[in-house]
Amino acid sequence: MRTVDIFSMAFVAIARNKVRSFLTALGIIIGVGSVIAMVHLGQAATQSVADNISQMGSNLLVVSTGRGGRGPGGVRIVSKPFTHEDVEAIRNDVRGVLVAPTVTTNQNLVHGNVNHNGSVLGTTNEYFPTRNWDLAGGRLFTDEEMYTAARVCVLGSTVTRTLFGGSEPIGQTIRVGRSSCEVVGILAPKGASFGQDLDDVVAMPITSVQSRIVGHRDIRTIFISAIEDGTTSRVHDEIDELLRHRRGSSMEDDFFVRDMQEVADTLEGTTRTLTMLLGAIAAISLLVGGIGIMNIMLVSVTERTREIGVRIAIGARVRDVLWQFLVEAVAISCLGGILGVGLGIVGTYVATDKMELPFLLSTEVMLIGFAFSVAIGVIFGYVPARKAANLNPIEALRHE
Amino acid sequence: MTAIVDVRGIKKIYGHGNTEVRALDGVDFQVQPGEFVAVMGPSGSGKSTCMNIVGCLDPPSAGRYHFCGLDIARFNRDELAMLRRHYLAFVFQSFNLIPRTTALENVALPLVYQGVKPAERNARALRALASVGIAERADHTPSELSGGQQQRVAIARALVTEPTLLLADEPTGNLDTATTEEVLHLLKQLNHERDLTILLVTHEPEVALHTQRVLWFVDGKLVNDGTPDEVLS
Ligand SMILES: Nc1ncnc2c1ncn2[C@@H]1O[C@H](COP(=O)(O)OP(=O)(O)OP(=O)(O)O)[C@@H](O)[C@H]1O
Ligand SMILES: [Mg+2]
Repeated sequence: MRTVDIFSMAFVAIARNKVRSFLTALGIIIGVGSVIAMVHLGQAATQSVADNISQMGSNLLVVSTGRGGRGPGGVRIVSKPFTHEDVEAIRNDVRGVLVAPTVTTNQNLVHGNVNHNGSVLGTTNEYFPTRNWDLAGGRLFTDEEMYTAARVCVLGSTVTRTLFGGSEPIGQTIRVGRSSCEVVGILAPKGASFGQDLDDVVAMPITSVQSRIVGHRDIRTIFISAIEDGTTSRVHDEIDELLRHRRGSSMEDDFFVRDMQEVADTLEGTTRTLTMLLGAIAAISLLVGGIGIMNIMLVSVTERTREIGVRIAIGARVRDVLWQFLVEAVAISCLGGILGVGLGIVGTYVATDKMELPFLLSTEVMLIGFAFSVAIGVIFGYVPARKAANLNPIEALRHE
Repeated sequence: MTAIVDVRGIKKIYGHGNTEVRALDGVDFQVQPGEFVAVMGPSGSGKSTCMNIVGCLDPPSAGRYHFCGLDIARFNRDELAMLRRHYLAFVFQSFNLIPRTTALENVALPLVYQGVKPAERNARALRALASVGIAERADHTPSELSGGQQQRVAIARALVTEPTLLLADEPTGNLDTATTEEVLHLLKQLNHERDLTILLVTHEPEVALHTQRVLWFVDGKLVNDGTPDEVLS
């Protein structure tokens, strides 16, 4: 028997029973579709976490004062802030880093008759490369401005839009809290990270914010970027040691250093596990689909018992009958697999759209989903096919 | 000349102990090339069992069967399938055409298993249909054909491989008298013109009268073997 004929027999049988073939494949369609949608969704979530973290800046370490523990008698202790000298020490003693001390405060921002409550960030010029943040126009702060606590500021794009609408902001003066301030630069849009609008910010020299707005010299957060890739853990260790020494903390550290790479790895690990879990649950439905195929094929073999008897009587070999039914089962599940991939793509599109995740398709995932459907067809098609092939022709011909 | 069928001491026993059924209980006979033989006997006498063994669908429990000089006991399943595919053909009482499949495709099916290419397959199937006088129904499915027409298609399917031996188990059992005559006429013609060897099971003496020889079975034994006139009188 020629191979083409095996295939054409299978397709003729499928075409002859279109509705039934479709219903048989339905389990596979849904199974493959949900595996593909689930895994794609998981990957999109992982991607979105990674994007959010790289938004914050690459090789970023964030050093903050501890939230403070409880002292004797349960009194809340606020751990002491970092000083300008701490910052200088990090700059001088730790190799290959950009160091940006920050002070943040919320202030009323006014320009003309527009009022906006926004976040004011006091920092140094290093802050911007540390966070991969570019200027869209104007300039950053000069050394003199830093030194003299000048009343200058650089605006985030949200603040620019809110306060100035379409008009040119550079050279204009806005009011920040009670002091007025000249706009010298505007920042490129940075987008949102974990739902927070990063562009809703006014950056000023740290000295200006300390002396003119908040009125103290406390530094609570220092952003540090390792210039060379792969050095964050060394930098992390060195900062730990330096600050421990400088702050003379007794047993417990009263500060902590968050390594964004670590955070990213942990989060990605979590979403990856979740993806696998979702994929596994969806794979169970694929298994159920396979059982559906086996079921219908067994019924079909019983229904076609006489036909099988005739085929054997006119000279079909065991393997001819086996192949005929196996190919039929595999063809049904392949068709199911193809439709399932389509369903999976549509499902991924709809879900990522709803969840505001990136819509990314992975050829690998789709191929694996399809390969699964083929494997299911072979595994669950084998039992009915073997049953058909091993029928006793005499009993089969007598079958009602 | 080698006999087409040569059975010696053939037995077929179903079950064992109290429930043992001796469907065939020691049968010997030969069929020579070109013979047209009727197999007769009361119901349950083992006619169909005998046909199945001769048709290589069922192995005997005991005894020897040589088909065209070949000892069937030496053949495995695939080799027996090869014999059926090339040298044997069946016609059944209930036609056994494949449903929802055209007459042409039904007739071409044995050639599919022989690995013949579609163009040649269809040409030969059409010729076989023409030789049983039903070529104009080639595109009809079995449900669109009368019983007599279906049996003609079944005969065409049996002929298409140009077999050595045709086995027909009550081929006229489901047909009325007029159609029975037609089908018998066709079989006789094939026997004459092509020298086709035919074994035909029947209950009807009128049918057996068309043949050259009758084998009469009773209780799994061959009790009479002669011309229709001798046996039926
Ligand atoms: N698979 C089987 N298991 C048990 N007994 C069987 C089996 N097949 C046939 N028999 C028995 O063998 C005997 C011969 O059966 P067979 O079908 O050959 O009779 P037959 O001569 O063809 O009868 P009929 O004219 O009714 O078709 C019967 O008694 C039957 O019951
Ligand atoms: Mg019978």
